Amino acid sequence: MTSKALDEIKIGGLGSSRKRVEDDRFIRGKGNYLDDVTLPGMLHMEILRSPLPHARIKSIDTSKAWEIPGVHLVMTGEMMATRNLAWMPTLSYDTQAVLATDKVRFQGQEVACVIADDPYIAKDACEAIEVDYEPLPVIINPEQAQADGAPIIRDDKDGQASNVIYDWEVGDQAATGRAFAQADVVSKLELHYPRSHPSPIECCGSVADFNRATSKLTVYMTTQAPHIIRAAVAMVAELPEHLIRIVSPDIGGGFGNKVPVYPGYVMSILASILLERPVKWIEDKTGNLISTGFARDVYLKGEMALRRDGKILAVRMHTDADHGAFFSDAQPSKFKIGLMHSAFAAYDIPAAHLTARGVYTNKAPGGVAYRCSFRVTEAMFFQERMIQEAANDLGMDQAAFRRINFVADHDFPHRTPFGFLTDSGQYAKCLDVGLKAIDYDKFREEQKEARKRGRLLGLGISTMTEPLGAGNSREYDILGIKMFDSADLKVHMTGKALLRTGAKSQGQGHETTWAQIVAHELGIPAADVTVEEGDTDTAPFGMGTYASRSTPVAGAAVAMVSRKIRAKARKLAAHLLEVSEEDIEWELGRFYVRSAPGRGVTIQECAMAAYSNMPDGMEPGLENTAYYDPPNLTWPFAVYIATVEVDPVTGVWDVLKMVAVDDCGVRINPMIVEGQIMGGLTEAYAMASMQFITFDADGNCVGSNYMDYLLPSAWETPGFELHSEVVTPCPHHPLGAKGIGECAAVGGPAAFVNAVMDALGGTGVRNIDMPLLPDRVWEALTNRHDVSGAPPIRQD
Amino acid sequence: MTAVYDDLGDEATSDIPVRRIRFTINGAKKIAEIEPRLLLSHLIRRGVGLTGTHMGCDTTNCGACTVLVDGKPVKSCTMLAVQVDGREVTTVEGLASASELHPLQEGFREEHGLQCGFCTPGMMMAAKGLLDRNPNPTEEDVRWALSGNLCRCTGYQNIVKSVLWAAEKQRARTPGAE
Repeated sequence: MTSKALDEIKIGGLGSSRKRVEDDRFIRGKGNYLDDVTLPGMLHMEILRSPLPHARIKSIDTSKAWEIPGVHLVMTGEMMATRNLAWMPTLSYDTQAVLATDKVRFQGQEVACVIADDPYIAKDACEAIEVDYEPLPVIINPEQAQADGAPIIRDDKDGQASNVIYDWEVGDQAATGRAFAQADVVSKLELHYPRSHPSPIECCGSVADFNRATSKLTVYMTTQAPHIIRAAVAMVAELPEHLIRIVSPDIGGGFGNKVPVYPGYVMSILASILLERPVKWIEDKTGNLISTGFARDVYLKGEMALRRDGKILAVRMHTDADHGAFFSDAQPSKFKIGLMHSAFAAYDIPAAHLTARGVYTNKAPGGVAYRCSFRVTEAMFFQERMIQEAANDLGMDQAAFRRINFVADHDFPHRTPFGFLTDSGQYAKCLDVGLKAIDYDKFREEQKEARKRGRLLGLGISTMTEPLGAGNSREYDILGIKMFDSADLKVHMTGKALLRTGAKSQGQGHETTWAQIVAHELGIPAADVTVEEGDTDTAPFGMGTYASRSTPVAGAAVAMVSRKIRAKARKLAAHLLEVSEEDIEWELGRFYVRSAPGRGVTIQECAMAAYSNMPDGMEPGLENTAYYDPPNLTWPFAVYIATVEVDPVTGVWDVLKMVAVDDCGVRINPMIVEGQIMGGLTEAYAMASMQFITFDADGNCVGSNYMDYLLPSAWETPGFELHSEVVTPCPHHPLGAKGIGECAAVGGPAAFVNAVMDALGGTGVRNIDMPLLPDRVWEALTNRHDVSGAPPIRQD
Repeated sequence: MTAVYDDLGDEATSDIPVRRIRFTINGAKKIAEIEPRLLLSHLIRRGVGLTGTHMGCDTTNCGACTVLVDGKPVKSCTMLAVQVDGREVTTVEGLASASELHPLQEGFREEHGLQCGFCTPGMMMAAKGLLDRNPNPTEEDVRWALSGNLCRCTGYQNIVKSVLWAAEKQRARTPGAE
C-alpha cells in the first residue's frame, strides 16, 4: 500500500458502520410505500372474504353492490372463470383460487371484489354482496385430514383422492436402522411448531395500471421478488413479459410474507385491464393475517440413537406439515418440506433419515419461509430441543454434550447427516464465547441455590448452523427458474456510479451496504454510489430478497461486477500511464506503476478516460452486469443462550439475560448486521412467548388481528447482548460474507424454550409447545405433564 | 373526501352527508369538507396528502399511524377526522424545520433505530409525546411510552437508544431543561 491509498472505513467500505442512506427519507416521512402511490384516475378495490372455513357456494348476488354510486366493477369467481383467471398456479406446482367458484376452503378466502371511486364505497359495496353458503365439515389439522372418511378438500383436482399432498423422504434409512440397533439409549421427542404469520406492519397491496394505448401493464406491488412476479403475471395473465413492469417501492417489512403471488394482485390487474384505469388494492390487517402466507404449522417427531459416552449415532425424524387449502409454499421445487433436512448440520452424526408428509386442511395457504430459509426454523428448533432432551436423558451437561458432537474446525468441508456440504465454522469457540458471556458455571450454582428456595431458574442453549443464500442453481430453483442473482453497475464519467441489483430491500439497508461493496472493490466512496432496486424495467433479472440470500448472492454479484469494472479500468490506467497492464498494481481507488508507486491514476480518472480518452479499439463506457451463481449455500453459525426465571404460581416467565454469538463471516456493515440479529432475536422471543395463529374446532382463525395475534412491544422485549468475536469467512463468497438476516429468528426460539424447560427440570415435563403462554407453563407445572399446542379437534 | 361520482340519474348521490371542519396541521390552517365517518388517518394521508403517517393494523394496536393532537399522541386510524375540528395536528412531516432535523430524527438515524421505516413515523411521534412531558426519561420510561407501537424489524433496543439519544441532545440544546 502506498501512502496515497484510501482509508476504507472513511470512504464507507467493507466493515464500516456507515449510517443508512435510506433513513434520510424514512425519518422525514418521505418514504414511498405502496399506499403512497397515487395515480391519476385511480380507483380502489376491496375484497369480500368468506366467513366460513369450508362451504359450498350456492349463489352470489352482487346486484345491490352494483347499485351503490361510485361502484365501477364487482367481480366474482364466475366472472374470473370466463377469462380463465379463477385459478392461478402457486410457487409449488399447485393451484390456488383467485376468487372462489365452487366452494370456499378456508376462512378468509377471497369470494368477490369491488372496485369503486373510494375505498369506503368499495367496502360498503362488499357488504351489500349476498353469498349463500352450504357449510361443509371442517378439517383443521393433519390428523383429521388423514382420518378415514375425511372430506376431500381439493375435490377440484382430478385424481386427488385424499388430503395428502406429498410424501417425501431423505437420508439413509438402512444405515439409520443399523445405528439405532447399536444404541445404548434412544431419546425421543414430539412437538408442534405452531402456525405463525410473518406479519410485517405494512400489509400487502398493489396498484395496477394498464395502459390501453401502449398495452403496457405497470404494477406497483409489495413484493420481495419483483422479477418472479413479472414472470408469473406473464404466465397467469398471458401478457407479453416485455409489456409488464413490476415496481416494488419501499417495502414496510417482508419477512417472507411478500414473496408469493396473492389473489388480490391478480384481481387488481384484471380490474385495471377491464376498466382501463389504475386500481389500488390495500389489504387490511385481518385480510393479511387470515389469508396471506402463514409460516410453520408442522408436527415433528423424532428419535436419537445415543452411545452412553454422549456420541450421537443417528437421528430419525418425521414431519407432518399442515399446508392449508392450497400448497402455495414459496420454496425450491426439489424439496417438498423445504430445507427441513438441514437439521443437525452442526453435528457430526453418521446416519439420519427423514420422512415428511404434507396435507391439505381448511386453513389459509402459505407455508412461506418466515425469516427463514425454507423450513430451517422448524428444523433447527426441533434439533435444539432434541439435543437438550438427549443430553438430559444421558444425564450429561448441555454444553459438554454439544461439544462432543460438534463438527470440528478441521473437519470442513463436512457432509451433514442429510447430505448438505458445510464448509466452515468454529463451533466450539463460539460456544465458549457464549458460555463465558452468560457466566455458565456461576449461573448453574445460582440455579441450584435458587431451587432450594423454591425459585425456578433455567438456562437454555441453542447452537446451530443453517443454510443461507439459496442457491446454487444446480439444486435450487423456483418453478424451474434457477436461484442466481445479479448486479448492474454504471460508472459515470465523473466517477460517480449507479448500481442496480435483482434483490429488493425491505429494511435490510441494501442502498447502504451495496454501495459499501462497490467502495471496497473500486475505492469509489460509498456516498458516490446510488443504489436502485425493485423496478423490473431497469433492474437486472434476479430472484429477490428472502432466505437471507441478498448478501450471499446479490451481494456477491455486486462484488463481481465491481471486479469486472476494475479489470476494464486497469486497461484504461495502463493506457493513461503508458505502461503495460502487467506493470500496474492496484490499491484502494488507484492504479499505480509498480516500479514507480508515485505515478498513478485514480479510479475516477479511469472513469473519465472511459468516456473521453479510451485506447484505440476499446469499447467506450464503464458499465457492466454480473450474474452470480454461488457454488454453495453459506453456513453461518450461532450460539444463543437465554436465562429465565419461571414463576411457579402463575407460569409467567421472564428473561434474565440473552446472549447471542453470531459468526456470519465478514460483516459488511456491522451496525446493520447487529440490527438484523436484534430483530431476529425479538421474533424468536415472540414465537417462544406469545405469537401464534390457531383455530377453534369450527375452523375459526384465532389471531386475525393484533388484539388476538400478540406481537411483543418494547415493554415485553428483553435486552440482548451481542458478540462478534468469532469470524470465520465464507470460503467461496467473494467477500467472505455469510447470510445473517434469519439466524436469530431461526436459532433463537429453542434457546428460550430450552431455558423454560430447564427451569422445569425434575418435574417430569418433557415438552410444552410454543408459545409458552403462562397458562401452558402453569398447567405443565401443576399437573406435571406435557402441554400440546395443537388446535383442538371437535369431539362431538 | 372530494369525489366525483357517475351521475346515475338517481337521488343516492345527494344522500352522502358532508361536514365542514377547520383544523391546523403542522402549523398550516385548513378547512375540509368530509364524510363524518372519515378516519383522521385518511384525512391526513388522502385529504392533506401527507403520507408519512402510515396505517398498519386499523385496530389501534400497531401505532404506525400515531400523530399528535393538541400535543398528545393519538392513533389516527381510530379517531374520526371530525374530532379534530378546531384542534391542532402534528405529523412526522412537522418534526423537522426547514434547516434542521428534530433530535428524534437524528437519534433514529444515529442509533440505527429503523430498518424498513414503516413504524418509524409513529414511533417518533409517540416518543415526541414522551419527551415533551418528560425530557429526561429512563430506559423503562421509554419502553413504556412506546409500548403501544409495534416494530417487526429492530427488536426495539436501538429504538430505545435513539429516543435516549434524542433526549440527551435536546437537554444539551436547552440548558436548564432538567
